[in-house]
Amino acid sequence: MLDKIGIAKRIAQEVKDKYYVNLGIGIPTLVANYVNPSIEVEFQSENGVLGMGPFPFEGEEDPDLINAGKQTITTLAGASFFDSAMSFGMIRGRHVHLTILGAMEVAQNGDIANWKIPGKMVKGMGGAMDLVASAENIIVAMMHTNKHGDSKLLKSCTLPLTGVGCVKKIVTNLAVLEIVDDSFLLLEKAPGVSIDDIRNATEGNLTVPDIVPDMTV
Amino acid sequence: MISKKVKDVKEALIGVKDGMTLMLGGFGLCGIPENAIGELVQLGVNNLTCISNNAGVDDFGLGLLLQGRQIKKMISSYVGENDEFERQMLSGELEVELTPQGTLAEKCRAAQTGFPAFYTPAGYGTEVADGKETREFNGKMYVLEEAFKADFSFVKAWKGDEAGNLIFKGTARNFNPCMCGAARITIAEVEELLPAGSLDPNDIHVPGIFIQRIFQGTNYEKRIEQRTVRPKE
Repeated sequence: MLDKIGIAKRIAQEVKDKYYVNLGIGIPTLVANYVNPSIEVEFQSENGVLGMGPFPFEGEEDPDLINAGKQTITTLAGASFFDSAMSFGMIRGRHVHLTILGAMEVAQNGDIANWKIPGKMVKGMGGAMDLVASAENIIVAMMHTNKHGDSKLLKSCTLPLTGVGCVKKIVTNLAVLEIVDDSFLLLEKAPGVSIDDIRNATEGNLTVPDIVPDMTV
Repeated sequence: MISKKVKDVKEALIGVKDGMTLMLGGFGLCGIPENAIGELVQLGVNNLTCISNNAGVDDFGLGLLLQGRQIKKMISSYVGENDEFERQMLSGELEVELTPQGTLAEKCRAAQTGFPAFYTPAGYGTEVADGKETREFNGKMYVLEEAFKADFSFVKAWKGDEAGNLIFKGTARNFNPCMCGAARITIAEVEELLPAGSLDPNDIHVPGIFIQRIFQGTNYEKRIEQRTVRPKE
């Protein structure tokens, strides 16, 4: 079974040379730390920066330089700033190749719910609805089950939707899965995890090929 | 040169009244019009509808207007990090219209550039699209979203000149350029106000035509919401 770092490391393998990538808050933010250093990648933050770098050294924080999580950041060589309309133009216009974000639920048809729990304080969708509706390729990073042990990979979402039919791939603590023909196709399993473990933790349709390799992280 | 310069924040905010719809730039606490917000508190105007990506924190940014119950309705994409906001929202004192962030930016830009509405894929199939017209283009579904209508727009820039030309710094740019000229009257506050001719026309991010009033801001606090650092090796 993987921890959050393990999930981030596995997703980092999906980031390819020359990709522009938008990372959501939480596990997705960690992905930047594990991308192959020999490839060329730029990270976009939807508040208006391309070419985002690591956190600043202590004492070098700039209040005018933050990411979408409102954290202080730095920029790398080749970086640029732009306004919010242009930022979402990049996203909606499919110039950003890959979006990695977290989710509360994913359905076997690719629907995603990650912004609202009825009866709880709603903080808002931020840029998530724009990102999931537009991105060419969306990978969800999440735990396979919630803290009550219930599956987050469902036949259909029970929570209010963020987007419909948009998720392509999911990396969880148990498995890598792809959405194919209204089913979760099992691509890889985490080390030490059995196919039965994954089956038991997946409420939606699960397609299991003859050979399911272990993830390498 | 057409001068847009006014002497201070008091002169800049003449005409702001109860019940108006205001746009305010900024992302979190980054690039917010601190001086204009301070003056709105002083004026005590209320029943305001505020269009802003976020709603500040309890004791800064738009949180200051929430403390005085000056806001009737917020139109935002994300409103976390604010306990007073949560209290007013749950008690029904405050109306909240949550809008996807890219849609929010585009509704500003549509108002700025004369489009009554536009189609976006964001929110299709979700509750955001409830009651809105949808349409298929090239096999994909889109939602019709209308341009905002606002009375005043408050933006914050790094440098500006008397002609109202603006230059922003870093990610403090965010929603500010989209809100220029998107309301009946746009008021820009700047960290450094220079005579016309001091800024290279090549460097201007927003031309002064979109600005009605510009003033030299004072005492910027520029609070950091999440101070994240790495240790020096």
